[in-house]
Amino acid sequence: MNLGQWAKDLAMGVRFAFAGGREGWVRALLTAVGVGLGVALLLLTTAIPNALAVRHDREAARTDITYGDTTLKKGDDTLVVADAGTSFRDQDVRGRALEPEGPRAPLPPGVRELPAVGEMVVSPALKRLLESDDGKLLRERLPDRIVGTIGEEGLIGSTELAFYRGGEGLAPKVDDGPVTRIDRFGDPNPTSSERMDPILLLLILVVFVVLLTPVAVFIAAAVRFGGERRDRRLAALRLVGSDGRMTRRVAAGEAMAGAALGLVFGTVFFLVGRQIAGSVEAFGYSVFPSYLNPSPLLALLVAVAVPAAAVLVTQFALRGVVIEPLGVVRTAKPSRRRLWWRLLMPLAGLAMLYTMVGQGRDGGEFNQYLVIGGVMLLLVGVTALLPWIVEAVVARLGSGGVAWQLAVRRLQLSSGTAARMVNGIAVAVAGAIALQMLFSGVAGDYTESTGQDVSRVQMQVHVPQGVPLDSVKEKLAGTKGVDRVFGYSEGYVGDRAHEADHFTQVTVGDCASLREVASLPSCREGDAFVATGGEYDEDGAQLAKPGRTVYFDPSSEYEKTTPVAWTVPQNLKEAPSVKDPTGFKRGGLLLTPSALSERAAQAVAGEVYLRLDESVPDVREYVRNTAARIDPFADPMVWTSTERSDQFTAIRTGLFIGATCVLVLIGASLLVSQLEQLRERKKLLSSLVAFGTRRSTLSLSVLWQTAIPIGLGLLLASVGGMALGAVLLRMTDTPVQVDWASVLSMTGVGAAVVLAVTLLSLPPLLRLMRPDGLRTE
Amino acid sequence: MTAPPGSLLAAEELRKAYGPTVALDGAEFSIHPGEVVAVMGPSGSGKSTLLHCLAGIVPPDSGSITYNGRELATMNDAQRSALRRSEFGFVFQFGQLVPELTCVENVALPLRLNGVSRKEAEKAALSWMERLEVDDLRKKRPGEVSGGQGQRVAVARALVTNPRVLFADEPTGALDSLNGERVMELLTDAARSTNAAVVLVTHEARVAAYSDREIVVRDGKSRDMERVV
Amino acid sequence: MSIGHTLLGLLESGPRHGYDLKRAFDEKFGHDRPLHYGQVYSTMSRLLKNGLVEVDGIEPGGGPERKRYAITDAGITDVQRWLATPEKPEPYLQSTLYTKVVLALLTRRDAADILDTQRAEHLRMMRILTDRKRKGDLADQLICDHALFHLEADLRWLELTAARLDKLAEVVAK
Repeated sequence: MNLGQWAKDLAMGVRFAFAGGREGWVRALLTAVGVGLGVALLLLTTAIPNALAVRHDREAARTDITYGDTTLKKGDDTLVVADAGTSFRDQDVRGRALEPEGPRAPLPPGVRELPAVGEMVVSPALKRLLESDDGKLLRERLPDRIVGTIGEEGLIGSTELAFYRGGEGLAPKVDDGPVTRIDRFGDPNPTSSERMDPILLLLILVVFVVLLTPVAVFIAAAVRFGGERRDRRLAALRLVGSDGRMTRRVAAGEAMAGAALGLVFGTVFFLVGRQIAGSVEAFGYSVFPSYLNPSPLLALLVAVAVPAAAVLVTQFALRGVVIEPLGVVRTAKPSRRRLWWRLLMPLAGLAMLYTMVGQGRDGGEFNQYLVIGGVMLLLVGVTALLPWIVEAVVARLGSGGVAWQLAVRRLQLSSGTAARMVNGIAVAVAGAIALQMLFSGVAGDYTESTGQDVSRVQMQVHVPQGVPLDSVKEKLAGTKGVDRVFGYSEGYVGDRAHEADHFTQVTVGDCASLREVASLPSCREGDAFVATGGEYDEDGAQLAKPGRTVYFDPSSEYEKTTPVAWTVPQNLKEAPSVKDPTGFKRGGLLLTPSALSERAAQAVAGEVYLRLDESVPDVREYVRNTAARIDPFADPMVWTSTERSDQFTAIRTGLFIGATCVLVLIGASLLVSQLEQLRERKKLLSSLVAFGTRRSTLSLSVLWQTAIPIGLGLLLASVGGMALGAVLLRMTDTPVQVDWASVLSMTGVGAAVVLAVTLLSLPPLLRLMRPDGLRTE
Repeated sequence: MTAPPGSLLAAEELRKAYGPTVALDGAEFSIHPGEVVAVMGPSGSGKSTLLHCLAGIVPPDSGSITYNGRELATMNDAQRSALRRSEFGFVFQFGQLVPELTCVENVALPLRLNGVSRKEAEKAALSWMERLEVDDLRKKRPGEVSGGQGQRVAVARALVTNPRVLFADEPTGALDSLNGERVMELLTDAARSTNAAVVLVTHEARVAAYSDREIVVRDGKSRDMERVV
Repeated sequence: MSIGHTLLGLLESGPRHGYDLKRAFDEKFGHDRPLHYGQVYSTMSRLLKNGLVEVDGIEPGGGPERKRYAITDAGITDVQRWLATPEKPEPYLQSTLYTKVVLALLTRRDAADILDTQRAEHLRMMRILTDRKRKGDLADQLICDHALFHLEADLRWLELTAARLDKLAEVVAK
């Protein structure tokens, strides 16, 4: 066979892909949309590493406060930067106060001119927020005149809230906490990228495999759209004299054309999606469209692999079909589905993963290829097992109503089609269940309990230096929504002024406040106590001896300070410690303010703890506004019971975004094939309606027809997912525990997709059941 | 003109248009119990539409259809569906057997839609299949039987509920003469034995010859030939 | 086919001379068999005798072909009856049916009606044959089938003609 003939056959296939009038176009369009959605998701996936890298680079490029200990000298090219960040509801607002010290002071990325005092430049998202009614409370805190917006290169996400405001008198505070002097923006010690924790790496690998496998399954299903019509068309070709090989090549050409159009669609979808991605914030993350650039090599791979896969799937589908000139003959008995190799795949996958059991701890390394291979084999094994199970189960399904009978008989006749339809969902659900198990299993390691008792205190405000504690307490107590205010000045004393060996805590407050941390026998202004029974307080009893001299802020080799000597008063009383508002039993010295010398009072810093009335909406914003009035750099802390590791949150976020996309995608494909199937049965449906079949009966049969294979698919997905989850947990050396809530919720989501698809296919079904379908003329 | 006395199903002044296409333009019809009436006419003349209107599948734009003294227009869709299920039977040219169900299940289907138990329905179905000489096909699926056999299965299905009116739209359209004749013989015999009326839409004279009388539909208007002659 | 009825029908549109009648007949119906003058003469004298036509005038020179004939009321009734009566279904009927249809068109009668009536007659015959066939033995069946197929062929011709009536009317009107 020469090359010319090949080309001609392929070209003929390409023509067929779009020929055939309206119906032909619709079919080609469906295939292309299906493949296109898959391609778009693939491109998005290939773009994610790039997006993460760009984000990382941008973050590094605007780094200013590094908490480093080398202090620059003031110059004409220096800038003093102070962290003025705040929070609004659940969102973080990145904020900096900038005070240039000379004409050559550096500009932060994305800012054209440094804002003067009383002015600020803001991110577009913050600008929108401040200008909206929603942002009124925040505007109170950030009253400066908005003189410009921060450009894209200065932000790490399209919805990031950020501002730079002009600062004043910042120089004396340099290197006192979050105030620093810089001569350029950018991380002075750039890290190429953090070396990833092996377990996190495992999670990321699995997330990618779990998301991409359904996409592959989906593409395979999409190129089979309209398969029966294609077979008939090929039969017509045989009639006019093509041989079997030629028809196969024509079919390949058709598949390729659909896939190629799908690539075009996919590129368009991706570009559109990229634009949309810029305006979407999911789980606190947002990106700029320009971040999402697929790496060229991966994009090329997609461009080659998708059409190739389409051709392969088509040839595979034609395997059991003999196309005769007068019609299509399916090989008499479709070879019975064999179990052994279907079972072998997931077992092999499990075996591959099993070799790595227990390597996730203590710097162990996972073999990436084994992980990917194992997870893929297991998931693909699910798709291989599903048709067998569907066939075996529906063959045994017994009697029921008419709707049930219609559905079961149809499934018995073409269980493969049904199984293919739900394969994508099964894989996605299995993968998601495994991941959820893995997440909840290892979550303990990455979620630190802060030990804070949120029922007693919900916010904490740091009293800035030089501001009296009482005035802060007063102002906060007068703030809307604040129930109670506890305030202490806190500090540490050491046994020596330099290189102290023993330390203990000092808590200063009025009698009422001190009663919150210890049960005082009696208390008058000027009293001093030593707390007994405090946690983590080994040296308290030793240092808190009447008449002993102790030192506030002892200096060390690393930190030069000005220690303040102070003598423990003679009338020191003992007081047993109780849980303070933070849920912690304090030790050390408990002092009323006048027990402290004036100099020593300078060495303690005030902390105010607030109990809030949660029924007041936005109560935290009122507190923040008050705090900002006291000190523009104050950022009151909101207490939560746990804090998650940021990296961990990012992966979870990725999974949620991805799983949502995949499920929507699969839902769309289910709907498309459902509609195609219905259209092919238009005449039959009309005649059934003619002899009086209730519409509800037919609707119900459509539901059963989807629900039975989906039910089986979800069951298998749960089993497979739990097996995979268990192995992954063993790999990370975490006790295996089934997270039933996530199993239920994931199968629930899968079922919801089915229900949605059925509901969406009902209107066309009802339309097809109209008697017009009987008209032949 | 009012419905002739004693008629089971009668229609007057039927009008029906599909968009700009006028399918029926003042058609009349009536049939008595046990009567076989052929509806003839060139293709596109509106004979299928007449059948669909008479059977309550398609509501006419105007005109009246009375079945057993009841005006179809006063019934809602569910009532008309129930009427079709229990009182009418249908045979079409093709595309009517559910390909997934076996032949006996197909025949039993209308009974099951009426709530008859599966066992009883299939028993009744089998006896009708015997009468139509296709009982040996009970386990086969429609894809595995010939056109003539399939059509006989369809006739058995149409008769299994003992309908008062059997609607047949080109029932032999896809069959050769011999099979077509056999189907017509069995269909009319069965209908006569149960005193069912048969509305037979056909463009073939030899099929129409199995009828007692014929009406001709031309350009949406009907002519009752018996009254003319 | 009835030449008498045909000539009568031709006269319905107005009085004609004998030779006019012959020419009109030949033109419309006598494609393969033109009429002889003798046939026209004998037919016309029979119609004259039966009172279906009358002589409207005679041109000088004498001879039957010189006579101008006109149809009488009785003649019109006769044509009407003839057209409305279906022919007994039998082979080689079409020349008569064709003549009837053309005459109906010429005389502005409903030609479709003639075809429908004829079809009903054919079907009546076919019903009888079908019934006989169902009750008879194989020999009966085969014989009846033969007749049925012929009748069916006629019927198809009727259908086709009915579908082409508009075209035929155009041709006839010329």
